[in-house]
Amino acid sequence: MSVPQYRKAAALALVAGLGLSLAACSTKSDDAKTDAGGKVTITVDCQPVGSQKELLKNWNDDVVEFQRQNPNIVIKSVSVGEQCNNPPDFTARLAGGTVTDLFYGYMTDLQQVLDSGQAMDITEFATKDTVPTWDSIDPALKEVFTDGGKLYAVPVKNYSMGLVYNKVLFQRAGLDVNNPPKTWGEVRAAAKKISALGNGIAGYSEYSAGNTGGWHFTSLLYAQGGQVLTADGKKADFNNAKGKQVLQNLKDMRYGDNSMGDRQLLQWADLLTNAGAGKVGMFVGAPDATQAIVSQFQGKFQDWAMAPLPGQDGKAVGTLGGGEGYFFKKGLTPEQVKAGLKWIAYQKLTPGKGQFDYVRAKPQNYPVGLPQPLLFAGGSDAQKQELELRKANANVDTANFAIFEANPVPIKGEPRNAQAIYAVLDAAMSGVLTNPNANIDALLKTAEDKVNQLLAAEK
Amino acid sequence: MATTTVPGTTRAPGRPTSPYPAGPPRTSLGRKVRDNLTGHAFLIGAVLCFAFFSWYPMIRGVVMSFQRTRRGVTTWVGWDNYDRIIADPSFWTAWKNTFYFTILALVLGYAVPFFVAILLNEFRHAKGYLRILVYLPVMLPPASALFLFKFYAYDPGDAGLFNSILKALHLPTSQWMQSPGMTMPAMVIASTWMNMGGAVLIYLAALQNIPGELYEAAELDGAGIWRRIRHVTIPQTRLILALLAMLQIVATMQFFIEPLILANGTGAEDSATSVAYLIYQHGFFQNDLNGAAALGVIMLVVLAGFSAVYVRLSSKQD
Repeated sequence: MSVPQYRKAAALALVAGLGLSLAACSTKSDDAKTDAGGKVTITVDCQPVGSQKELLKNWNDDVVEFQRQNPNIVIKSVSVGEQCNNPPDFTARLAGGTVTDLFYGYMTDLQQVLDSGQAMDITEFATKDTVPTWDSIDPALKEVFTDGGKLYAVPVKNYSMGLVYNKVLFQRAGLDVNNPPKTWGEVRAAAKKISALGNGIAGYSEYSAGNTGGWHFTSLLYAQGGQVLTADGKKADFNNAKGKQVLQNLKDMRYGDNSMGDRQLLQWADLLTNAGAGKVGMFVGAPDATQAIVSQFQGKFQDWAMAPLPGQDGKAVGTLGGGEGYFFKKGLTPEQVKAGLKWIAYQKLTPGKGQFDYVRAKPQNYPVGLPQPLLFAGGSDAQKQELELRKANANVDTANFAIFEANPVPIKGEPRNAQAIYAVLDAAMSGVLTNPNANIDALLKTAEDKVNQLLAAEK
Repeated sequence: MATTTVPGTTRAPGRPTSPYPAGPPRTSLGRKVRDNLTGHAFLIGAVLCFAFFSWYPMIRGVVMSFQRTRRGVTTWVGWDNYDRIIADPSFWTAWKNTFYFTILALVLGYAVPFFVAILLNEFRHAKGYLRILVYLPVMLPPASALFLFKFYAYDPGDAGLFNSILKALHLPTSQWMQSPGMTMPAMVIASTWMNMGGAVLIYLAALQNIPGELYEAAELDGAGIWRRIRHVTIPQTRLILALLAMLQIVATMQFFIEPLILANGTGAEDSATSVAYLIYQHGFFQNDLNGAAALGVIMLVVLAGFSAVYVRLSSKQD
């Protein structure tokens, strides 16, 4: 073959190769439906990552057992990282239409999921027939995933925030571990004593970046009796005495007492890393924050205890509650939806199975005994069953959470369009934590304008 | 003045002669297709890559900036997204921050590599080692380099590298990324350290193209180092300087990873929010991909102006 012919052949091969590649890219996989053997296949995300060896093994064992019990259903697991819903990744998957058949999301994600047009109405399928414990699930949680009377997701976890504190640091600072702070004045006094231990220890630590600042501002505002949005959801409602009090408390601790440490602009992992290293006396968090401190940030369960969220001068008026659920991708067949519900029922909503398999979790490095996930309505059969199993298999000292459980604070849900609002409120939180001369009025006014602008844009 | 012609470099005007043996007579179109078939076939790959990964997203972005998707339904909304984005209080903050960063980066990130290149050019020994040392940070992944700055250099406590130095010199320490006033300078210092290796090498190449006789003549005329830089080096490298200035402006205006890693996003009181980060925030945190697209188009228009200057300068350089 002459040189020019070689070139032509190479060029043709290149074109053919590209053509084939494009054709391959555009070929739509149809393996996620019912196959010729009558099996229903569903893809599910949030499979634990490889580094979470025991959790991954538990998940895979659950898949094997579920498929054994349901030979006509095939579960294809997809891992989407350690944090199942990392907002940028989640948004990209939604926008790109690459979410799995059953996809994990936060309670705050409902609007975004609906806007993307990716969610399926599962109202008619979610019943006692597909999910045996359906009637035991707290109706308020179902409501969070409901829009216009239609249900779009099944709740699988629920939490409320309280004051998480390090018992070792409390003892070293001469504080009573059985009498944690009940008001912000007491938090301030305790934080001062703990930070006086030196060695870079923060008496109290708080978030101010990556949307987590706004998330915690909301909880602290609820404790004061405030709300982020007006009742009709049309205007911001935090630029008032209650919102100012939240920021003033933080500013006083940060710059008045210097009890919040030098490092600010903290995000979720930053604070928990410091906590795991024994550098944080107190912070606001959910019970599972202790689980993250132990499993991801090398802390110890026995060091941590939890109290209800403090109020300004007495009991907190409210606390932030949130949680997670599984959405169903639009376009699934009824068989797939039913299969998906069956899987969720088995792995997430059955006492003694999946996430409630406390016998299995007890010897593992995961806590049993935390007052979580609080999915079932108080007094329901499933709740009683779950509580019994939890108590019988507890591997953490439940006394550490007894004060939190014995003093429940009314739970308030997250505001509409929460993640966008949290992003705005981060600036107000970072303002009081990084600038000794921060003007609280100006910070709140700016945040209010931005949130109102966001809300106006939604219309 | 006599002109000389290098053999083989002249060509008669018109269509180039085919290097292959003449075949049977063909039509003009057929001949054209045959002559260029190989070239076009090889071009297809590049064109498809650009089309799919560059041009299509760009066009899609422009289209999206005039649409709004709600409840899975996309509608045309005219200039609404632009109105909304411009009315966002963060819009002007982000542009102010972006221009501030660009100007600081021009002053620091542009001048420092130039003078480092001049210094390196003056060294007689260990040139190669010094070049490697200067280029080394470019080989570090940007995220790693910025984490080094975040946790090692910019630690707001006394343990931080920069604060230790300031303390040793009995100077006041800084909160670095936690101080709204220091956010931008701190980001520019890190960015310059990360990126200057490439610019230094380009300047060095340009400096080495300056004929030595010019320096010798200047030295004979009694010019010191500063006058040699002013009257020989700068005039001889002005096109490269202008080109890199434009490239620097276009690149720095899109800064994103610095706020993302050093400032955890927006930084203290929005002091780190750049236009690129605001696009990311709208798109990925605020459920507003259309607003993000509108902001992207606004940025595209601004950068196109600078790019036009760059294209003009490059053609001049050629």
